[in-house]
Amino acid sequence: MQLLNERPKSLLDVSMHYCPGCGHGIVHRLVAEVMDELNIREKTIFVAPVGCAVFADTYFNCDAIQGPHGRGPAIATGIKRAKPDSIVVSYQGDGDLASIGMAETVHSAARNENITIIFINNAIYGMTGGQMAPTTLIGQKATTCIYGRDPKVNGYPIRICELLSSLEGTRYAERTTVHNVAGVVKTKNAIKKAFQNQVNGIGFSIVEVLSMCPTNWGVRADNPSEATKYINDQMVKIFPPGVYKDVK
Amino acid sequence: MKVLMKGNEALCEGAIRAGCRFFAGYPITPQNEVPEYMSWRLPEVGGHFVQAESEVAAINMIFGAASTGVRSMGSSSSPGISLKQEGISYCAGADIPFLIANVMRGGPGLGNIAGAQGDYFQSTRGGGHGDYKLFVMAPQGVQDMIDFPTHCYEIAYKYRVPAMILADGIIGQMMESIEMKTPEIDPKNLKEPDWALGINNTGRPKRRVTSYDLREGMLEKMVLERVKRYRELEKEVLWEEKMTEDAEIILVAYGTSARVSATAVKMAREKGIKAGLFRPITLSPFPKKRLFELASKTKDFMAVEMSLGQMVEDLRLSINGKANVHLHAKPGGSLIAPEEVFDSIIKVTKEGVKDYATIK
Repeated sequence: MQLLNERPKSLLDVSMHYCPGCGHGIVHRLVAEVMDELNIREKTIFVAPVGCAVFADTYFNCDAIQGPHGRGPAIATGIKRAKPDSIVVSYQGDGDLASIGMAETVHSAARNENITIIFINNAIYGMTGGQMAPTTLIGQKATTCIYGRDPKVNGYPIRICELLSSLEGTRYAERTTVHNVAGVVKTKNAIKKAFQNQVNGIGFSIVEVLSMCPTNWGVRADNPSEATKYINDQMVKIFPPGVYKDVK
Repeated sequence: MKVLMKGNEALCEGAIRAGCRFFAGYPITPQNEVPEYMSWRLPEVGGHFVQAESEVAAINMIFGAASTGVRSMGSSSSPGISLKQEGISYCAGADIPFLIANVMRGGPGLGNIAGAQGDYFQSTRGGGHGDYKLFVMAPQGVQDMIDFPTHCYEIAYKYRVPAMILADGIIGQMMESIEMKTPEIDPKNLKEPDWALGINNTGRPKRRVTSYDLREGMLEKMVLERVKRYRELEKEVLWEEKMTEDAEIILVAYGTSARVSATAVKMAREKGIKAGLFRPITLSPFPKKRLFELASKTKDFMAVEMSLGQMVEDLRLSINGKANVHLHAKPGGSLIAPEEVFDSIIKVTKEGVKDYATIK
């Protein structure tokens, strides 16, 4: 029998807590595959956020730290400055990165910290049960805007890649999706580049991944493809995938 | 060799001598000399300085750096320390040792930029959310500012608790002639802690720095393990006594208030009043056993503090009804004059006022 695929060495053999249809598991695997392929597992320090990925510090087979909500880039800054030979990745969701941690996000980019950020954008607060996120689409329902996001009351969604690409310190910013196979392949390539940049000392690199949240999007159990369809039909219009910054 | 140094700069030099190699901070008066000094001095010794975008970012940079085992330091003044409390709580919850200095100013709110002691409760009760404690030392001058960091790091790493130097704007800003007595520690000679995050080329098990455990009963276990260390920490209590043997009244004061009180004690002694001074050097742990002992001989104790009366509560808990506890308090970032304290001594010893409390 021929072994076609196996668990990446960088991912521990533990069960994850993510909901069915969630995109986190896919991205976790991609990050782990990249860590294996670049042979950086032993020097990677993983920074876990507050949010759905809070337990990620127990999933990856490398040293890890879990810190306060939104402060991942600041923690990563401290680690990278103190141990410049390590590879530091901060894994964050939209509430963490684009709301409470916006200052840390912007300033770590402005300083061109040589770190990698994986940003999961599912346009909702997942862990806390479906409240409006800074990335929630206009008209999208959430538990704190039950009739849909109204720009008169709730303002507009924030586009992180576009925002960060205006900063000189940002070296690489790309937005991808994991709602179909082509998107997953592109996401892996982007993650690989974001890590490779750190290895090569190029600097601040971020990958924004549009990801499904069937539970908090109210997707019907008998029609799970509604979630991927939502990304395909709605999210990409507001958050167009693509390379926003790529400084060699 | 004696050198003339400002308190804030002595604090930095003391931390570097103690092996500190990472500092992140944000400007706030009256501690601005700390990030300024660290910004050029740390790179000279192969260390790292980051001017953070906020107090919150600064404490989390320290959390990250300290998690790699590198001796790290932060500093701020009252409002900035309030902002850092979440991060300090995370460090305490993840058992990450580091040094933080609070060069206190008048409060609450923006208050003023003069020296004050209004952050006593915040410093000695944990300060942030959850059950935890800090090791807190109170310097009374520039010599203490250069000496204390070495001891703070030693205790912080031994017990895995964050350590705080609770100074005030007066101590931070004044210049005094001091000696560099503490040995210079080269971090290369320090053993890497067995919890430090880093490059794992030995195949050791992965290390995690976290403050959470959602499994039933497990957080309680984590906290109780920490409580054992807090109990051990009690033996690291430090204090200083002056003329307490025959004292009819003992002034209890820390930091700047202790220096003012020392002058007031001298004035009283010159008038034939047997006054003494008890200066807690560590505020957490607080020297409660010794104070209780002293209460069997001395009938009157008076807390002297530049706050509304915060340390006096620890004094009352220590004395536990065995003697009279009085208070001379001065909030609002104003310096206490020795004459005012002397007047309070007279009120208690000559006029026999019971439960004397003055808020000047």
